[in-house]
Amino acid sequence: MKRIGVVGYSQNSIKSDAGAANEVELIMPVVHEVLAETNLTQSNIDFTCSGSCDYLQGAAFAFVEGLNAIQTYPPIKESHVEMDAAWALYESYLRILSGDAEIALIYGFGKSSPGNLDQIMSLQLDPYYVAPLWPDRVNLAGLQAQSMMQAGMLTREDMHAAVCASAHNAKNNPSAFKIDPPSLEEYLGSAMISSPLTKYDCAPISDGASAIIIASEDACKKYNLDPIWIEKIGHQVDSSNLGFRDLTLVKPVSDLMNKLDIDLNTIDIIETQAQFSHEVVLMSQIFKRTIQDINLSGGPLAGNVMMAAGLDTIGHTYKFLKSHQHSVALAHAVSGPCLQHNLLACLRSPA
Amino acid sequence: MIPAAVIGVGQTKYDSKRRDVSMPGLIREAIDRALIQAGVDWDDIDAVILGKAPDMFEGVMMPELFLADSIGAYNKPLLRVHTAGSVGGSTAIMAATHITSGQYKCVLTVSFEKQSESNATWALSPKYPYTPHINAGAGGYFAPYMREYIRRSGAPEHIGWQVAVKDRQNANLNPLAHLQIPGIDLEMVKSTPMLWEPLRYLESCPSSDGACALIIAAKDIAKGKNAAWIKGMSVRSEGTLSAGRDEVNPLAGQMCAKDVYAQAGIDNPLKEIDCAEIYVPFSWYEPMWLENLGFADKNKGWEFTDQGRTELSGDIPFNMSGGVLSSNPIGASGMIRFGEAALQVMGEAGEHQVDNAKVAMGHAYGGAAQFFAMWVVGKEI
Amino acid sequence: MNNSSEKDYFESLISLEYTHTAGSATTRFLEAVAEGKIVGQKCPKCSAVYVPPRGSCPRDGVPTSEEVTLTDRGCVESFTVVHIPIPGNPIEPPFVSAMIRLDGANISFLHLIQEIPVEEIRIGMRVEAVWKPQEEWTTSLENIKWFKPTGEPDIKPESLIFKPK
Repeated sequence: MKRIGVVGYSQNSIKSDAGAANEVELIMPVVHEVLAETNLTQSNIDFTCSGSCDYLQGAAFAFVEGLNAIQTYPPIKESHVEMDAAWALYESYLRILSGDAEIALIYGFGKSSPGNLDQIMSLQLDPYYVAPLWPDRVNLAGLQAQSMMQAGMLTREDMHAAVCASAHNAKNNPSAFKIDPPSLEEYLGSAMISSPLTKYDCAPISDGASAIIIASEDACKKYNLDPIWIEKIGHQVDSSNLGFRDLTLVKPVSDLMNKLDIDLNTIDIIETQAQFSHEVVLMSQIFKRTIQDINLSGGPLAGNVMMAAGLDTIGHTYKFLKSHQHSVALAHAVSGPCLQHNLLACLRSPA
Repeated sequence: MIPAAVIGVGQTKYDSKRRDVSMPGLIREAIDRALIQAGVDWDDIDAVILGKAPDMFEGVMMPELFLADSIGAYNKPLLRVHTAGSVGGSTAIMAATHITSGQYKCVLTVSFEKQSESNATWALSPKYPYTPHINAGAGGYFAPYMREYIRRSGAPEHIGWQVAVKDRQNANLNPLAHLQIPGIDLEMVKSTPMLWEPLRYLESCPSSDGACALIIAAKDIAKGKNAAWIKGMSVRSEGTLSAGRDEVNPLAGQMCAKDVYAQAGIDNPLKEIDCAEIYVPFSWYEPMWLENLGFADKNKGWEFTDQGRTELSGDIPFNMSGGVLSSNPIGASGMIRFGEAALQVMGEAGEHQVDNAKVAMGHAYGGAAQFFAMWVVGKEI
Repeated sequence: MNNSSEKDYFESLISLEYTHTAGSATTRFLEAVAEGKIVGQKCPKCSAVYVPPRGSCPRDGVPTSEEVTLTDRGCVESFTVVHIPIPGNPIEPPFVSAMIRLDGANISFLHLIQEIPVEEIRIGMRVEAVWKPQEEWTTSLENIKWFKPTGEPDIKPESLIFKPK
């Protein structure tokens, strides 16, 4: 099978409110940076794919606005997923495997500041039975955290540890928020949003954009690109019916690890798009790591750009493999309530 | 390229309001029909790829998530495509790419729109301060381009009426079509109210509820089945606000068609393509796309229409099913074109079948005539 | 949203509020419009002038930073006569919605044309802006009520074709 690698990644400095910047102004800097990093121009890119969400922007066709950031003369081969851009990367990966492209540019962008994110995310739910009740995204996450507590899988001390680990790791990530974590005492005394979740347990409202370039082995040779290989990649969705799921499991992730034959013992670092502290704890258990050992970037708790945060897990693992002594990494992107939809990518440095 | 073929096409009955079914029910109507035609079952489906136009049309954000169970995606990969009006086409291409990548053997792709559950005009009319709030729907947006086409080509006004009549006559042969207008003729079209000059009411597409599903498979599953083999497929996009863009004859459309023809080994589309399902939401887009896609010379597309060459019995039939002018569930409209092209080469198009169709084209466009998706399918691998 | 007499559905209204961001380029444009001026932005590569600007030239994929002040005169690139009402807009049909290409600009925007019989409007016709009274100006292109003919000779539509520098 054709080998495909990540050859460049760029992420905006995440803002809690990007204020005056529109889609174009968010996207263009990261696209220019990733092109500069790889010494490529848009004319070398033969497939472009983005991830974004109209409901976040508050207008139909957000991606159409976003496309004005890209050089489209002469017209380009391009597509868009109404999903996190991690899935845009998956689409691009299949395009390269099929021979339709050799080099693909992927970008994701989102602004959570213009609207009420918790409310907006409620619109993902079944419109006939669930959405009219307006459970918001933190309520649903709270259900999952409670299930874990009842199963003896989670304590508030664990959740506090996840909050502190994220803040600690984020210090080395120039794009992430710098958060002063609360002491255990402060944490235990803080107000509940949806028990057992406090404000510290939820990923912050974030605006930003990220871009990645992936390329086939042939293209890497031709353009002198330095790849981190995407050794394995796959995704799977769980039931939308929360009552049908055991919320203490993330079935798609265990299924994917089997299907893709991922041996956790061979993995050096893991980035997961856990957007709540209990999700960090859950994923650390599933990935058989300590809480401190996952999300060396700080993860979504230190900046969570909707529709880009999944792509960022791949971007961060790429950066770590490039600059550290690690050789194999696992990236985990998610979508939907309570970790419904999951994507795993295993990256390996060529050395 | 690893060969891929459409082995099942399923469509709902199209109607303005399908109040008899929920969103999942509507989609399943199409999926079940596609599975039956393909002779495959849920266990054979490796992945599900769903396409639709803006989520605001139904008021559900990323509806594929809540639909996961009812579209059989549970425990499988699920992908959601949104490329504006071209989405039905882009989604079919994305689904086929699953097969041509060698990673999948058989996939289900489905696209839908159930606009009756929301208010689409509202969804498309945000008030921004940098343009005056005067846009009266898609027709109001595209009408100036059609006027410019008429200026350039010198086409007489009855061309638009002819397209409207021809597509509705075809729709009368397609029991699934939304609009069924017995006795449709030029006088009837001419007598309908003007909406956006030069477009009259019957020269515009309806707004429909509906879904279309395709089963696309690799050779080892498709062989022995009645199949439409994908000979070429591609997409092209250009930025909405790019200086120098020709909205009347977009470069992206020309390039996309050339790419697809090259993959399919087609030198002369007019001679080598037997029939085409082309995205014509407003009558004048038939002559415009005849030129854009290389069937007719520049400014001569309208002569094809005038001479009846795009009729069911013509040398290049366009929109045998009645086209977007007769059924328009926006998110699915592109996939219907792709699926109807497949049905033609499978010989399964019923009363609107073109005799002996061996090679057919499916086409979709979207946005401000800036997103294009096309494929050519053939009877032979 | 259903006109049938028997109500076989219920309405579940969704109301979401957003603070929309125009972006810094468009903000500059809107601030200028609030003062009765029209500013566009020029591509540093191909010299295309964008009005209203969105901060980029999609032709070259680069930011547009150089500001260009334009007059409020231009021509009709194309148009339609709209015979149906616009949701939420009091303007009475029929009215003319036109693609207006300002002098010196390389893209057009939609606006109204009035003060001329509908059947006399044509592609290439010269027009100028008719502004609302100054005290009603806000940061909106609706400060221009509509465009009206200048009476100058028509331009050749072919002269609008963009030639990159």
